[in-house]
Amino acid sequence: MKLSHALIERNSLLLLVLILITVSIGGIVEIVPLFTIETTIERVEGVRPYSPLELAGRDIYIREGCYVCHSQQVRPLKDEAERYGHYSLAAESMYDHPFQWGSKRTGPDLARVGGKYSNEWHVAHLIDPRDVVPESIMPPYAFLAERTLKAKDIALHLEANRRVGVPYTDEMIKAAKEDLQAQADPNADTSALLARYPGATIVTPTRGPGTITEMDALVAYLQVLGTQVKFRDLPAAALKQ
Amino acid sequence: MPTKVEKDAITGTMTTGHEWDGIKELDTPLPKWWLYVFYATIAFSALWVVLYPAVPFVNSHTTGILGQTNRDDLAKALATPDPRQAEYRARIETASLDEIRSDASLLAFAMAGGKAAFNENCVACHRAGGAGAKGYPNLADDDWLWGGSLETIHQTVQHGIRNPDPDSRQSEMPKFGEGMLTAAQIADVADYVLSLNGETPSAEAVMRGKAVFAENCVACHGENAEGNRELGAPKLKNHIFVYGGDRATLVQTITGGRGGSMPSWKDRLDPATIKMLAVYVHQLGGGE
Repeated sequence: MKLSHALIERNSLLLLVLILITVSIGGIVEIVPLFTIETTIERVEGVRPYSPLELAGRDIYIREGCYVCHSQQVRPLKDEAERYGHYSLAAESMYDHPFQWGSKRTGPDLARVGGKYSNEWHVAHLIDPRDVVPESIMPPYAFLAERTLKAKDIALHLEANRRVGVPYTDEMIKAAKEDLQAQADPNADTSALLARYPGATIVTPTRGPGTITEMDALVAYLQVLGTQVKFRDLPAAALKQ
Repeated sequence: MPTKVEKDAITGTMTTGHEWDGIKELDTPLPKWWLYVFYATIAFSALWVVLYPAVPFVNSHTTGILGQTNRDDLAKALATPDPRQAEYRARIETASLDEIRSDASLLAFAMAGGKAAFNENCVACHRAGGAGAKGYPNLADDDWLWGGSLETIHQTVQHGIRNPDPDSRQSEMPKFGEGMLTAAQIADVADYVLSLNGETPSAEAVMRGKAVFAENCVACHGENAEGNRELGAPKLKNHIFVYGGDRATLVQTITGGRGGSMPSWKDRLDPATIKMLAVYVHQLGGGE
């Protein structure tokens, strides 16, 4: 039987099967190479999984829909590089599930906000953005400082991330709760935390010692954004496409 | 199945050959202009595939004979500054801060560039024009925590204050309320500091506060409350307070300590921009 136009057009099931085959070839050609081409994710050093407190803060970031107004992707364009810093790498969000690149900038891009402001500034700004940026149109998030962070299941949260490919070690998962508390306690011994999560910012609990608020977690998350790759020490070849 | 392709008598075009209950369908050809534009786009895409990165393989992809990437374009754009700026930027990179300040054209350039960088990076805390806010010092007056010379401002902008940068300025105002002083002593010290700033609290409290001050505070703030720039300890007798000079705020400051932080900018801004910022801040009003 010849696979003629007339035959396909008059046989809806055959047409359906052939459409599926055609579309999946297109999909495979476009998607599969992203997983196999070596330059898709740059080989750079320094990118680590989020610390438990940062991960909890990331959940607050997603819950509050920060991505609706803030992108996390500096594009390789001169204006953006001059304003925000080095363009974002795929490697920098390889442990994000899901990534927060976003596509809408009502507020500024946040991919490199880590370390740009002090912790106190972030708290003041989240409580009332107009307090520090008079022309801001961002809504206030003062309630985050009132809400105690719910993080009983933080170890499971790390475990879930490990299932989708984030390289959390058994040790990290076991110490998740202690790490979470140590990062929000300026008097704690943070050497173990910092050995597991280099460069993590220790935050001062906004409601006093002993209570970790959603605000504290969010600030810890904001302070790590875009700080993991040290671009000054990075050879240009590492970013070759 | 097309059965009978024929020429339509009215329009002069051919039919498709299909016929449904006596209704025939015209096979009107595509407009010529549309067809040629379509062919042109096909030719364009073929050319694109040759010139630019296009076809993916398993582990790599074609790079195109132009070898163009957005990242290389950006690197080139950043390496070649605006020709109108290039001359000045090059001179600022090599000139000392004093040379920039004494050269009228360099100073004008540094002020413009410094203002742009200040508005993007500094106003969030120090406010427009460096007016300052609670916790963030005013940069337009002549009262400086860590020094107001070009060099010290440059150092502060480069490395910041109380941040993880090993060269950042470090010091800490202790929490006197945590086991060092009683609430009454703290209240007395607050009264003493108020008395240095033109207020008139009870003379007895001031006397007691002066004694406590002499024992606990002079190491950093100086015997005459003149401050110490090595430690970023503010002068306490010129009516200027970073966190506020009312009694309640002073008690809060002494009880809980203070330790505002400023980021390190050396990895965020290039050396020329940091120099321009230092000159700009120096010129805001209070440079020494």
